[in-house]
Amino acid sequence: MKIMTCPLNGPRNIDEFAYFGPLRARPDPEGASDADWTRYIFHAPNPVGVIREWWCHTPTNFFFIAERDTASDEILRTYAPDEAPAGGPDGGPAGGDSA
Amino acid sequence: MPLALLKYGLRRDYPVRGDIPPTPELKRSYDVVIVGGGGHGLAAAHYLSKVHGIRDVAVLEKGYLAGGNTARNTTAIRSNYITCESVRFYRETVKLFEGLSDELGFNVFFAQRGQFTLAHSEATLRTFHQRAEMGKLMGTRLEVVDQPGVERICPFINMDYGGQHEILGGLWHADGGTARHDAVAWGYAAEAARRGVEIHQRTEVTGFSLEGERVTEVHTNRGRIAAGQVIQACAGMNHQVAALAGIELPIRTFPLQAMVTQPLKPLFDCIVSSANMHAYVIQSARGELIIGGGTDPYQLYSTRVTLDLKEQLIESLLHLFPFLHNVKILRSWAGMVDMTPDYSPIMGASPLRNYWLDCGWGTYGFKATPVSGKYMAQSVAEQRPAEILAPFALERFGRFDLVNEMGATAARH
Repeated sequence: MKIMTCPLNGPRNIDEFAYFGPLRARPDPEGASDADWTRYIFHAPNPVGVIREWWCHTPTNFFFIAERDTASDEILRTYAPDEAPAGGPDGGPAGGDSA
Repeated sequence: MPLALLKYGLRRDYPVRGDIPPTPELKRSYDVVIVGGGGHGLAAAHYLSKVHGIRDVAVLEKGYLAGGNTARNTTAIRSNYITCESVRFYRETVKLFEGLSDELGFNVFFAQRGQFTLAHSEATLRTFHQRAEMGKLMGTRLEVVDQPGVERICPFINMDYGGQHEILGGLWHADGGTARHDAVAWGYAAEAARRGVEIHQRTEVTGFSLEGERVTEVHTNRGRIAAGQVIQACAGMNHQVAALAGIELPIRTFPLQAMVTQPLKPLFDCIVSSANMHAYVIQSARGELIIGGGTDPYQLYSTRVTLDLKEQLIESLLHLFPFLHNVKILRSWAGMVDMTPDYSPIMGASPLRNYWLDCGWGTYGFKATPVSGKYMAQSVAEQRPAEILAPFALERFGRFDLVNEMGATAARH
């Protein structure tokens, strides 16, 4: 069984978690063009390498961020959204693709 | 003839030739370069050379011929989709499969034995009625059957009357069936090669040279080649290969797992699929039960298999067929699938003028091998996307004009 470490509940079986997809940087609603919105809605990061993504520990409904390698399936680290390290999701490149 | 056999046994140059010639040297240029030597790429090469007389074609394959998702799918062929655009398209693939062995002179073992999808909820049953009406409109054989009908088609199924997963009805698709996946790819490859198409195995595309809105050169691990037109059909790696040409595709890559049991006596004549349980079973010609279902829950570039998914599939299967509880699993495997937001493929033109996309097949590319090959070839030969491909264009996302097939692929294949 694969183990994922929940920032709130510690190491748990990955069966207890739900996947909510890669982080995407939302465009500025004031200035975004149609093309920006299309990209935001339909295009998600799909790198071979490290990806930042949303997960939820379903029994406690706790949402957090995981950094995972999409080639090796290794979970590198997990953290609560407000504990994002410097250069994290909001400061990262568009779409949260840090690969 | 023992003496004749002995003669051949002693000869150095045994006269029988293989179907596929060995990989030749790369030429400096080709009219058409096809990136991806799976079923789709080989089918496009076949129709280019046969129907359109374009024989200066190179098919580039990173690994070995048809060793990706063409080798890993579960061979299901069907046209019971939910939108008219899709039914029109897949109806034609079923027709092409019906004549494929004759066309290729190669037995693809097409068995039109029917596909049967079960409903365990009223909501699913409602979508079945919608799909059946769409099928009727578009001319594909599709009907909703009631509980006695389910028992007639599948007498050994656990109906679970009064239980949590009671079978309320089914969607019977008499046109559905299976074909031997390797034979389909091999047949197309042999025919294309016979007409002069070059198949380059172990030839990986590493980049493209662009000039304005055109691709001029394809870079490979065996050198650069000039290309008049390029077709991309790379399954799980589509997102990455398109990025090499500067094209961003709305695709996410997931593993899709499947497994087979030990061989049993003939038992299942049709494909049995459960929309609610995300599982389906097909008995192969060898008697093995092929069990498949939905993709892994999260993105990954890997063909590893997991115990979690096996448990999930087996739980569903044993609920439907409890008598299989002693049957052993022989093998399991996975392919990497390229999922689009609306579960429909991306076919036709790209932002580059001479670069054509055959991507986003996700979990059900095998069944479309003949029809996508036919119309991708036509698009390239006529220099404009075939009309039947228009709904599947990449621009549909910008127009918010999706072809939503999520419902028709609940037990995705």
